[in-house]
Amino acid sequence: MPTPSWASQLIHLGAALLLLSSFAMLSQRRILSLVNLFALQGAILSVSTAIVAHTTGATHLYASAALSLLLKVILLPWILHRLITRLNVRWDTETQLNIPTTMLVGILVVVFAFALAQPIAQLSSAVTRSTIGIALAVVLLSFLMMITRRKAISQVIGFLAMENGLFFAATSATYGMPMVVELGVALDVLVGTLILGVFFFQIREQFDSLDLQHLERLKED
Amino acid sequence: MSLPSALQAVFTLVVGWIVLGAAGLLLPRNLVWVSRVLFPLGALISAAIAAFAFIALPLPAEMATLPIGLPDLPMHLRLDALSAFFLILIGLTAAGISIYSAGYFRAGEGTAPGLLCLQYHVFLASMAMVVLADDAFCFMVSWETMALSSYFLVTTQHRVPEIRSAGFLYLLLAHVGAIGLLLCFGVLQGGSWQFTFDAMRQAALSPAWASVAFGLALFGFGTKAGLVPLHVWLPEAHPAAPSPVSALMSGVMLKTAIYGLIRISLDLIHTPQWIWGAVVLALGAFTGLFGAVFAAVQTDMKRLLAYSSIENIGLIFTGIGLTLLFRALGQDSLAALALAGTLYHALNHAQFKSLLFLATGSVLHATGQRNLGRLGGLIHRMPWVAGFALFGTLAMAGLPPLNGFVSEWLLLQAYLFTPSLPQGMVDMLVPLGAAAFALTVALAAYVLVKFYGVIFLGRAREAALEQAHDASLLERCGLTWLASTCVVLGLFPVVVLRALDHVNRLLLGAGLGSQAASWWALTPTSAARAAYSPLAFGSGIAIAVLAVFLFVRWLYHGRVRESAAWDCGFPAQTSRMQDTAEGFGQPIRRIFGPFFRIRRQVPSPFDAAPHYALDLSDRWWYWVYEPIGRAVKASANRIGVLQQGSIALYLLYSFVTLVALLAFVL
Amino acid sequence: MTRDLLLGIFQAVLSIVAAPLLLGWVDQCRAWLQNRRGAGVLQPYRVLRKLMQKDAVVAYGASPLFRASPYVQFGAMCLAAAIIPIVSVTAPLAASADTIALVGLFALARVFIALAGMDIGTAFGSLGARREMLVGFLSEPALLMVFFTASLICQSTLLPTIVDTLAHRELVIYPSLAFAGVAFTMVLLAENARIPIDNPTTHLELTMIHEAMVLEYSARHLALIEWAAALKLMNFTAIGLALFIPWGLTAATAGPSGLIVGIVTTALKLTAAGAVLALIETVSAKLRIFRAPEFLATAFLLAVLGLLVHQLLGS
Repeated sequence: MPTPSWASQLIHLGAALLLLSSFAMLSQRRILSLVNLFALQGAILSVSTAIVAHTTGATHLYASAALSLLLKVILLPWILHRLITRLNVRWDTETQLNIPTTMLVGILVVVFAFALAQPIAQLSSAVTRSTIGIALAVVLLSFLMMITRRKAISQVIGFLAMENGLFFAATSATYGMPMVVELGVALDVLVGTLILGVFFFQIREQFDSLDLQHLERLKED
Repeated sequence: MSLPSALQAVFTLVVGWIVLGAAGLLLPRNLVWVSRVLFPLGALISAAIAAFAFIALPLPAEMATLPIGLPDLPMHLRLDALSAFFLILIGLTAAGISIYSAGYFRAGEGTAPGLLCLQYHVFLASMAMVVLADDAFCFMVSWETMALSSYFLVTTQHRVPEIRSAGFLYLLLAHVGAIGLLLCFGVLQGGSWQFTFDAMRQAALSPAWASVAFGLALFGFGTKAGLVPLHVWLPEAHPAAPSPVSALMSGVMLKTAIYGLIRISLDLIHTPQWIWGAVVLALGAFTGLFGAVFAAVQTDMKRLLAYSSIENIGLIFTGIGLTLLFRALGQDSLAALALAGTLYHALNHAQFKSLLFLATGSVLHATGQRNLGRLGGLIHRMPWVAGFALFGTLAMAGLPPLNGFVSEWLLLQAYLFTPSLPQGMVDMLVPLGAAAFALTVALAAYVLVKFYGVIFLGRAREAALEQAHDASLLERCGLTWLASTCVVLGLFPVVVLRALDHVNRLLLGAGLGSQAASWWALTPTSAARAAYSPLAFGSGIAIAVLAVFLFVRWLYHGRVRESAAWDCGFPAQTSRMQDTAEGFGQPIRRIFGPFFRIRRQVPSPFDAAPHYALDLSDRWWYWVYEPIGRAVKASANRIGVLQQGSIALYLLYSFVTLVALLAFVL
Repeated sequence: MTRDLLLGIFQAVLSIVAAPLLLGWVDQCRAWLQNRRGAGVLQPYRVLRKLMQKDAVVAYGASPLFRASPYVQFGAMCLAAAIIPIVSVTAPLAASADTIALVGLFALARVFIALAGMDIGTAFGSLGARREMLVGFLSEPALLMVFFTASLICQSTLLPTIVDTLAHRELVIYPSLAFAGVAFTMVLLAENARIPIDNPTTHLELTMIHEAMVLEYSARHLALIEWAAALKLMNFTAIGLALFIPWGLTAATAGPSGLIVGIVTTALKLTAAGAVLALIETVSAKLRIFRAPEFLATAFLLAVLGLLVHQLLGS
């Protein structure tokens, strides 16, 4: 196999770091660490988008990189930090399954994603198409994180991490999405986070806690 | 007069075993006759069988036909490289166990010594015949004899109800497995209705029927070997039997099942499919982990060793799975590596498991205790047994430079080649099998530190342990034999690998080659890729230890004083303050909780007489065996309606059957 | 050939002698980070000399295993130092033992010290033995998986070949090695009884793992165990540097000048590694004992993930 160019090496490294950070999210208990990991993911994304922009010469990707930098590294983590401070949550100690079991399920999910992605990757023409498997794994791992958490904030971060995974798949495998789609998705994510923030206050007012099992009491018996 | 062929010599020796057994009946209650004459002769025969089989390894296969058997199917015998290797395994292990038994069996324990001698030697002879058999009839007869004679050996102390029920369970599952084997042979003959193995080799089965045959063989041999979920008899039967019999069952009998599976999948069906390899590997990995986890929480020393046998059988099955996988995907030299590792591990396990079972036999004899909670500190009262048990422990934990490490090293090297397999998902999933393998091996070390530490180290947990006596001379001879095989097989793997090359060439057509091992180092693929030198390790550690010892003595001094234990200044130390067996296994119980069915009774602070109880049982029993048992009982009750006890009704049944047959035929 | 052998033995002896210095450096960095003056980098040597001069006090119920175990442990670590390429690629026994054998050697040392912990029959000894085997049971597979990943990249399990391949590789960054690196660091912390698994300076017996096993040892036995622990840290750090930062190791055909270069680069790398270790220890808190399996399970799964990433990306 000929030595890949430094650009694709860097993208592979970025993919590995993205997978590492989503795995780390799966095993973290502290909510602050989750937000920091999410910011790290955003940074990796913007760097890899910039690299792809450099190699393909598509200038709109630079704008996309700048947008993800602004949104995912600066704005969203700031909003989440404010939410955390005002809601006064620090720890998400209870998970549905214990942490080693969650991580074991995570490994199985990763194997599944890798196996699934191999035939799909043949369809793309990009050099870094093998990273589709990693992107799919990141999406599924973030979904897993959403399922196994009890505090609502962690679920929001999982949802945002899913979007990160999809974004990475788009940039590395297909060299970016049309700008309109990009802007639309970014707007959706921002608005979604703001609305969820408002919801959390309501939940906290009602139940005095952000633990989601209180929501289960809403159903009529 | 020409020299007898190896097969004739081996067969004569096997008959000699049966004769020895019958000789025991001459003076059934005379212990001296049985233990000083017959058992040592049996050990000599075992060693001779091993020697003849070793000579026969490089020679081409020999066949013979016996005059007994069915009218159109006399018994065929065959001594090829695979049979010879397993005969070496049987002979080498049985020699040590027989010498030990000569010193072990005392009068007044259930069965008369002469009868015990008969059962024991018939057991050995039947195992040798299983390995020599070349047609289905001979195989099944020997298999059944093996099951029956071992049943009688297991129920030696038949006055104890638990031992009787353990024996019954063993016999039941052995027969369930035998049914699977019968069906398998039925499928293998592929329409020719000739039940010789030669005919089965020629039969060209379609892939679907070959898979059916393999599935049946896996079921039948898996029952005998102790593959999960067919393992439930093992932890009951092995502890119930007397220790030499447990050693023989764990060390040798389980390997005949391995022999059978290899014979059927690689010899009789010579083109395995890769899916079989994957299934066997997955089952083996799960069995290995299961056995190790359960062994870690046991409180009975023989049950611990039984579960550890399940673990090692799981590791052997992963090796078989790897072999089948490589073979099916066309990588014959890699299959040779995997098969070499598997068979080597089978040989090693026979040695160190027998050694440990025999050591527990000595402990049981000296103290009368099987419960780990009542042992401890025996290294002071029984130094010989403790020393030999240390060899067995280090070997089973897979530590260099002893033999357990060599086979695990070979298997891990085989795993390293799996990512290059040409099959899609397999190249990603099988490396995960390497992770499970490494985990199982590490847990085995945990289990063995618990085993050795709780029995031999520390302080005695019961006052009666002060009366413990060390093993007798004959017992020590047996233990020495097995410990030295552990050391020799560990330091000189070249001998075994050269022997295994013949087996590889026979079954796979490719061997590892002569550069795979030299007297100094093991280099199975190439010297640049992987190397391990057990002699370098052994001598390196010995030289380093000696050098440091002398250096420290020369520079400083060697003064020693004795005093009370420090224990951070706690004044009142009793022997009950050290870890119990449950305490040592508690981390594993916590981590692997879902594996067990735990019934725990924890005392409350308000109890006047607090009581703690913990019961860990096997979920498979409740998921699989109890429902089947209930279903069988329910259907038996239904059918039992037919049995009313009235003679007129029975006559009516015969009448109705006769009328129906007449109507149907005419 | 003999010159290579002598050079190899010289490097092994050098690393054995210098191991307490690494430990002293780590302790000194920790002291500086905690705003203390520290005892100086030569403190471990002073402790060893003090211990060697004392009379050994052995408990009444000790068996010969208890007295032999420190020697076996120290001998095993010396053998490991002769196998691992610490300064030069041609360690004397490097061609006789590959990484899997190295893992087995560490397991041998661990089993002997655990058995010695159970020997006297005190509560803390068996507590330490149980916990040590628990940590070992989880960290050994993780270490094996890290070695597997490296072996798959370099097509060999022999450390000299791995180092040569990784030092002359064309790809600057191997993503699977990133996973393996994180996993290896976690395993290093666990196996060497550093924070966050175990606190090497604790005096609370119920929180100890390694110290609890060696409570009954004194004088030269304790000195050998302390030295063996320092040597184990040196060995592990050397393995990590060989796998992840292999440049600068003396090549097989270099002469004495190459050896000088190797020694200087290794010293610099070890200094940096020691400082990083001290930093990690200072910013982390020690985990509860039953969080330790989670920590190690993370390391194990990261190593497995590295293997899978290698399979997927081909690097």
